[in-house]
Amino acid sequence: MNPRLRWRKFVSNFMLTMTGLCAVVAVSVLFFILGYLVYHGGTSINWNFFTKLPTPVGETGGGMANAIVGSAKLLLLASLFGVPIGFLGGVYLAEFGGGTLAYVVRYAADLLNGVPSIVIGIFAYGLVVLPFKHYSTVAGSFALGLMMIPITLRSTEEFLHAVPRELREGAMALGASKSRTIATVIVPAAYRGVVTAILLALARVAGETAPLLFTAFGNRFWSPGWGQPTASLPVMIFTYAIAPYEDWHRQAWAAGLVLLGLILVVNIVARGILARGIAIPRS
Amino acid sequence: MHASLRPAVTVNITPNIGSGAASQAAPAALPLRMTISKVNFFYGSKQTLFDVSLGIATNKVTALIGPSGCGKSTLIRTLNRMYETVRNARLEGEILLDGQNILAQDVTLLRRRVGMVFQRPNPFPKSIFDNVAYGLRVNGTKLPLAEAVEKSLRHSALWDEVKDHLHKSAYELSGGQQQRLCIARALAVEPEVLLLDEPCSALDPISTAKIEELLVQLKDLCTIITVTHNMQQAARISDFTAFLLTGQLIEFSPTPQLFTTPGDPRTEAYITGRFG
Repeated sequence: MNPRLRWRKFVSNFMLTMTGLCAVVAVSVLFFILGYLVYHGGTSINWNFFTKLPTPVGETGGGMANAIVGSAKLLLLASLFGVPIGFLGGVYLAEFGGGTLAYVVRYAADLLNGVPSIVIGIFAYGLVVLPFKHYSTVAGSFALGLMMIPITLRSTEEFLHAVPRELREGAMALGASKSRTIATVIVPAAYRGVVTAILLALARVAGETAPLLFTAFGNRFWSPGWGQPTASLPVMIFTYAIAPYEDWHRQAWAAGLVLLGLILVVNIVARGILARGIAIPRS
Repeated sequence: MHASLRPAVTVNITPNIGSGAASQAAPAALPLRMTISKVNFFYGSKQTLFDVSLGIATNKVTALIGPSGCGKSTLIRTLNRMYETVRNARLEGEILLDGQNILAQDVTLLRRRVGMVFQRPNPFPKSIFDNVAYGLRVNGTKLPLAEAVEKSLRHSALWDEVKDHLHKSAYELSGGQQQRLCIARALAVEPEVLLLDEPCSALDPISTAKIEELLVQLKDLCTIITVTHNMQQAARISDFTAFLLTGQLIEFSPTPQLFTTPGDPRTEAYITGRFG
C-alpha cells in the first residue's frame, strides 16, 4: 500500500470515528440527565409526591400535587391562547402571504422567538399582573402563550409549504375554493408535522421558569382560581433547589424527573396517535 | 401580421377534416364543446402562447403534442383556468365552453365542468372512498355518495380492484391505480370536459395501456383533451391532434391525417423524430 493511500484511509477512519463519537455524545446527554435525575430524585418519588401538598420545612413527606396541577393549568391556558394564533398566522403566511406584510410577520415572529423569556415575563407582568394587582395563572399562561406563538407559527408555515403543489391543484381542479382546499386537503396533509411542532412548543415552554417567577409566582397551597397565584413545577424546582434544606433538594430533583417524564410521555403518546393517520409517502 | 410570420401554418378553428381522412365526418357536422380563439399567454413579460386557435370536438379525444416547453401544458391549463394559481400569469383571447366565455364565469363552477388529471398521480391523503367523494362533497351534492362513488370507480375501471377496501388509504394503491383513482375523482362530478396533462408519463407500460384503453371508452361520457409527449400514444388514442412548437399551433388535423400526411414540414420533422 503506498503512503498516500494509507494516509487517506487513516483520515477516513479518523473522521468516521469522530462523527460516530459525536453522535453518541449527542444521544447520551439525554440519558445522562435522565440517569442523574433518577439517581438524585428517584427515592423521593412516591404516591404522596403526586397527591399531597408541600409540607413545612423540617416535616418530611408531602408532595407537589399543586405544582403538577398548576403546570397543567398553565400549559392548557397557554395553548388555548398561543396555538390558535400561531396556527392561523402560519396558515396565512403559507397560503396567502407573499407581500411585504408577510415578510414583516415572518421577521417579527423570528425576532419574538429570540426574545429572552425573562423579558416576556416582565412584559406579562406589566400588562396583566400590574393592572389586576394579582399574580395569577392567567398572567403566567399569557407569558407562556406568547412564547408558543412564534414556534407554532413558523412551523405551521413550513409544514404547509411542504405539502406538494399537486395536491393543491388537485383540489382546486375539482372546484374547491382556496379556503376549502386549505381546510380539507392541505391542513390534513400537514397535520402530523403541525401537531408535532405544537407539542415541541409545549415541551419547550413547560420547562420555562423565568416568565413564571413574577406572573404565576408560586403557591404553597392549591391555587384558589385562575386569577390567583399558582405553583408550577419549574418554579418549584427553582425554589427548592436554592433552599438550604437537604430534603427540599431531593424533592427538587424529583420534580425535575417528573417534569421531564411528563414531557416524554406527552411526546410518545402523541407520536403514537399521529402514527394512525394517513401520511403522504415521501417520493 | 402573424400569418406573415408563419407562412406555412394551417390553422383552422374547426378541425381540418375531410381533406385527408375520408372516413371522418364533415367539419360542419361535428359539434364543438370548446372553442379557443386567438389565445396569447404570458408569464410576466414572457409570452408562451402565440395566437393559438382551435376547436375541441364534443365526445372526441383531442391530443396536444410537441416537444418540451412548446406550451402544450400551458394551453391545457388555460382551459380550466388553472393558470390563475401562478402569479403574473395573463391570458388574452377568448375561450368558449358551450358558447360561453369561460373567463367571465365563476371559476369553481367552471372547474366542476372541466375536470383535470395531472402528470403525477395526486390522490389526497384520505381513503379511496373519500378521494372519489371529494368533488361531490365540495359541490354539495344531493346524490347518495356511495352510489356515485361506485359509478365513478366503475367508469375508471378500478371498481373490481378496490371494492373490498374502499376505506384504505389511497396511497396503498399502485401508481397506475392511483392515476385511475384520480380519473374517477375527476369523473365523479360529471364534467363535460376532461383535461389530462401527460397522464401516463409517470407510469409503467402496462398501467399506461390500461389508461389509454380507458380514455377511449370515456369518450362517450365526456370530451377529452390530453397532453402527451408520446406521439405513438397520441396516434393510438386521439381523434384529433394539435402539434405545437415554441408556443405556436403549427398544425391541427384529424389524427390519421396528421401522422400520415402532415401539412407542415415542421410537423413532419417532429413526427419522424428529427427533433424533440
